[in-house]
Amino acid sequence: MARVHYREIEGGSGGYYALLGALAALIFAGLVAAWTMEHEGHYVTGMSNRIVWGTPHVFAVFLIVAASGALNVASIASVFGRDLYKPLARLSGLLAVTLLAGGLAVLVLDLGRPDRLIVAMTHYNFKSIFAWNIFLYTGFFAVVGVYMWTLFERRLNLYSKGVGLVALLWRLVLTTGTGSIFGFLVAREPYDSALLAPLFIVMSFSFGLAIFVLVLMAACGWTGRALGEVVLKRLRELLGVFVATVLYFVAVHHLTNLYIARQHDLERFFLWEGGVYPALFWFGQVLIGGLLPLLLLFGTASRRALAAAALCVILGGLAQLYVLIIGGQAYPQRIFPDKEVSSSFFDGVVAAYAPSLPEVALGAGGVALALALTAVALKVLPFLPRSLADGDVGGSTA
Amino acid sequence: MNPHRRQLLGWGAAAAGAALAPGLRLIELAQARSPQEAASKLQRWGLLIDITKCTDCDVCVTACHEENGVSGHGRPATDAQWIRKVSLRDKRTGYAQTLPLMCQHCEDPPCVDVCPTGASFRRDDGIVLVDKHTCIGCRYCVMACPYGARSVVHEAVSGQKAGVPRGKGTVESCTLCVHRVDRGQTPACVEACNRDGGKAMAFGDLNDPAAEIHRRLKSEPSSQVRADLALNTGVRYQGL
Repeated sequence: MARVHYREIEGGSGGYYALLGALAALIFAGLVAAWTMEHEGHYVTGMSNRIVWGTPHVFAVFLIVAASGALNVASIASVFGRDLYKPLARLSGLLAVTLLAGGLAVLVLDLGRPDRLIVAMTHYNFKSIFAWNIFLYTGFFAVVGVYMWTLFERRLNLYSKGVGLVALLWRLVLTTGTGSIFGFLVAREPYDSALLAPLFIVMSFSFGLAIFVLVLMAACGWTGRALGEVVLKRLRELLGVFVATVLYFVAVHHLTNLYIARQHDLERFFLWEGGVYPALFWFGQVLIGGLLPLLLLFGTASRRALAAAALCVILGGLAQLYVLIIGGQAYPQRIFPDKEVSSSFFDGVVAAYAPSLPEVALGAGGVALALALTAVALKVLPFLPRSLADGDVGGSTA
Repeated sequence: MNPHRRQLLGWGAAAAGAALAPGLRLIELAQARSPQEAASKLQRWGLLIDITKCTDCDVCVTACHEENGVSGHGRPATDAQWIRKVSLRDKRTGYAQTLPLMCQHCEDPPCVDVCPTGASFRRDDGIVLVDKHTCIGCRYCVMACPYGARSVVHEAVSGQKAGVPRGKGTVESCTLCVHRVDRGQTPACVEACNRDGGKAMAFGDLNDPAAEIHRRLKSEPSSQVRADLALNTGVRYQGL
């Protein structure tokens, strides 16, 4: 293929500064929310002793999972040698880093003692998957940083395949770690499954690519760069496969539970009787996040349909994580099987939870941080090709 | 034996008695651990709760929260509870029971496994605690506890008791009244139950063949909550 020419975005327009201003406002709101939660205590949120991980965790886990998935496009180019994806590799690496930064910011600012972050960096219990994740997350920044260096520096291009392979393996381990945060929770029936690790990996493929598609379309659209059908067709098909794979894993998870008698109450809760959670599962996760995107991706070839499908995947992904993280805690722990249980500590009942303003503001602040970092980076370094027009990309081998 | 020698021996015996008596008293006192002495694996502190004697009262809960300075803010969803009374009703037969539930002081505690900083830890004598200086408030231990025994301190605390540190943003749970146990006393809940309640709770060293709790566990049926998880809890129940 012809050599790809990259160029920074101009970033001088009113629209660019308006975007940065809006994102800065959201980041500021997130910081105010974090300060309020830290200062007043978590009682100002919707969280309780029964729902200890709330909306911030939904956003944080979404961003972290999406971060590793955003790197896929680069991996396909470097590791699997698909030329078509090579011009997209730099943006892919950039999003991996910025989304992870946004997710980690939310996670850290939601701690009960965010001022003790240094303790988390100096005291380790290596039996904890959380402790492992601290290394996996910080290591991911380093690995992707080196990987991007090999993509930017022409003399180092020949190493991009090897470093790209390390980055690919690292991100697979990272998402396994994120899924295992829940998968290792033996005492909670909604989690406690080895299936969560591969489920999180396919979720990362899907969410990460959806964000990548939207950012690519917006960046090309707003800077007047050509974005040809060849690239979009590939991304459309790839996203469709990922969305279908997520649905498959979700179906297997539920079918397995439906087969096991002691999990019947659990399935009744999540699929039918659990109030907001079945509603979010069927309408948010399955319909908006799964079936509708498949229809949009495979039913039509329009750009708007692709953008709409990507947006649906993001909304469905947030719904999926809300059901998993918050629904999984709301479902009463089975401490005494075969007994009806009650206490002043909300044993035996579905825990109440409603997202509070500080939680939503903190989560949205993390998303804004990721996007703002991306927007600034696109202006500072040449991440985007000058053109992704059909004639400028090597579609034949893709 | 001449009188002089007899008198001398008498004085000697009296002196020896006077010297030994406080020593014997000291041996008794020394059975309580000094603050400098590390907890020992030779001991495994635990509770045995006979729920057939557990009545509708909540003196154990009141005593615990008073002893440890755990006071609420009138917000049940976020107020801490170190011990709670749980009502059970068999789904098929309707048979009703009540029991106190708290940290079960597992031998293999999931809360300790998941804690990223090691703030959740298990002492050699089996008591599971949270180091208030290294807890970052991630709440993963709350997610991992099979007994819902842990609370997050959701707001600023006041009226803390000496020896029972608490702090906003950290996680806490029953300490088995470690500050009392280290002084050779029993936990506040056990003391209150045996004084004002149904005398359902016993405390002691599970490893000590001479301890009542050890003898009863050896000769009477008992069970663990969520025994299927194989955590080897330090708190055992009878009549469950």
